[in-house]
Amino acid sequence: MSILPQLIFLLVFAVAGYILYKRVSYLRRNIFLGHKEDRNDMKEQRWKTMVLVALGQKKMFKRLGPAFLHLLIYVAFIVINLEVLEFIIDGLSGQHRIFAPFLGGVYAVAMNIFEFLAIAVLVSCFAFLIRRNIMKVDRLAMKELKGWPALDANLILIIEIVLMFAILTMNATDQILAERGVDKYLAVEGLFFSGLIQPLFQGMSEGALIFLERFAWWFHIVGILAFAIYVTYSKHLHIFLAFPNTWYSNLQPKGEMKNMSEVTNEVNMMLGIQTETSNDPPAEIGRFGAKDVNDLSWVNIMNAYSCTECGRCTAECPANITGKKLSPRKIMMDVRDRAEEVGKSIDSGGPGLEDGKSLLGDYTTKEEINACTSCNACVEACPVNIDPLSIILQMRRYVAMEESGSPAQWNAMFQNMETSFSPWKFAPTDRFNWADQLKNEEAK
Amino acid sequence: MAEMAASGESPEILFWVGCAGSFDDRYKAVTQAFVKILNKVGVSFAVLGPEEACTGDPARRAGNEFLFQMQAVANIQVMNGYNVKKVVTACPHCFNTIKNEYPALGGEYEVIHHSQFLQQLINEGKVALKGGGEFKGKKITFHDSCYLGRANDVYEAPREVIKALDVELVEMKRCRTKGLCCGAGGAQMFKEPEEGKKDINIERTEEALSTGASAIAVGCPFCLTMMSDGVKNKEREHDVKVYDLAEMIAKDMGI
Repeated sequence: MSILPQLIFLLVFAVAGYILYKRVSYLRRNIFLGHKEDRNDMKEQRWKTMVLVALGQKKMFKRLGPAFLHLLIYVAFIVINLEVLEFIIDGLSGQHRIFAPFLGGVYAVAMNIFEFLAIAVLVSCFAFLIRRNIMKVDRLAMKELKGWPALDANLILIIEIVLMFAILTMNATDQILAERGVDKYLAVEGLFFSGLIQPLFQGMSEGALIFLERFAWWFHIVGILAFAIYVTYSKHLHIFLAFPNTWYSNLQPKGEMKNMSEVTNEVNMMLGIQTETSNDPPAEIGRFGAKDVNDLSWVNIMNAYSCTECGRCTAECPANITGKKLSPRKIMMDVRDRAEEVGKSIDSGGPGLEDGKSLLGDYTTKEEINACTSCNACVEACPVNIDPLSIILQMRRYVAMEESGSPAQWNAMFQNMETSFSPWKFAPTDRFNWADQLKNEEAK
Repeated sequence: MAEMAASGESPEILFWVGCAGSFDDRYKAVTQAFVKILNKVGVSFAVLGPEEACTGDPARRAGNEFLFQMQAVANIQVMNGYNVKKVVTACPHCFNTIKNEYPALGGEYEVIHHSQFLQQLINEGKVALKGGGEFKGKKITFHDSCYLGRANDVYEAPREVIKALDVELVEMKRCRTKGLCCGAGGAQMFKEPEEGKKDINIERTEEALSTGASAIAVGCPFCLTMMSDGVKNKEREHDVKVYDLAEMIAKDMGI
């Protein structure tokens, strides 16, 4: 017997592995365009968050319908990948269904579960295609999704549908061959779902069936590898990044903005406060706030790569609901697009960050970031704990501190605060006037 | 505060009035109502008066970190100077900033929002509600303020306070973690909104009115302004009132 199929199998795996390694290195480098941010504290709480939010899908269940359909695909993805283990061993050893003799009746049960999940994935993917393309659910049909994002979403659903059909075709033809007593094919008792499509193939010759079975087998395994590579180009990266992304969640109260310690020394000096200044040279201050992706932290950029563009953030955003240009989802897509642009430029020997473009200005506009009420609805809504607000506020810092380009009314508010310690123009000495009325009442 | 410190007294709490509570005509009434409650209950408290400055929240949210820290560090100097331990405020923005952001600049205090303080007073029986006051049996809806709710996970205290008034609390569809902003947070209070098809406070007011409530309760000066403006815009100010929690309690106590 020829070992050619085994060699081809090994080669396919090696090539896919190499491409994946390159892709992961590329993504990692892009994420670390962002500056350092230490999020390794409170480990227990981080594990807990990851288990609840990523593994347990806790936040998905705020919307029951999609959550249920998504759960089916998620469980199927994890469980069916167990079968891939058998595929790999079979492929390398030239065996067929190597686990079947060892597991006996359990094998048939497992296969039936896989087949049920394959059907569940088919149903869910069709439902998702309908929601996107026929029902045009608001958050899935917004203008920021035009072009590649919409195509990407549909491609993923179609690839999953085709892969599931491959599994069912493989099992159906495999069992017809087993019934006919063809060498190497083992009967697995009672495969219900693939049994339903067996009549489609019953009339075929043995040669045609073997071809179909082998084709489906190869299609499935190569398809999975191709899908894994495709995912690294796609919004679908959340299937892996949801885990680190939730582990590195912000665990502080959502209302807290991070202190810019590089400003504090100067503030203390201006107010004449003696501080214990360390002898360490002051950390190099690049820029106040964020103009481009490298001004953000690596967590912000990982957030962007984890975003699957579901739009729950935008659907809850008060600015977006009332027709403003701001869309938290677009902020995340902008960060990713800019990181991709910079990454590709660096890899092709181009100018990288120094290409004369920047996140703020070329991707995200001031009009968008100025419309934010910092209400945290987007942060609360995200099923994988992405924080668009942090990025918006860092860009506002850049505009205010580096450009003095805030809206005129904000500049007036700043001026009031500088001169009278209140955002409104009132004399500080009048701060206690409210008490006069009370005193008068008491006097009466 | 200065007077108490001069006479060697140290009050139990510092009531942080905030800029709206000091200058906004409508919110001054809330400050007064809360002070009346404190006086009635006999809580030992002080205010900073002219020594208080803006916490810096709107400056920070608008991006001006330098100005924020100028305000914050000056305030912390004053509070640490008086050895303040516990701060109560009727503004969720001040609450969030002093509680979460002052520690990084050397200001560590126990900070509570007036809804939590009122709940404590009610639970301890220090505030005796008549239960048959003007709100009895009325439909009231509560508008979650973002900086109290999502920002700091305080959802139940204000609701407990309202329920203590023996009213029918009706929730809007978007409430608690899903509460819709009034439109004023993130320094929006101090500028015109960006171009859009609607103002956020109108969207929220419509939702509040659709509950059929005769009053909208809030726990934030900005929400109070935005919701009041919304009700006026809808020409419903004659039959739907917007109140702060402290005002409702004070009214019920007859003070």
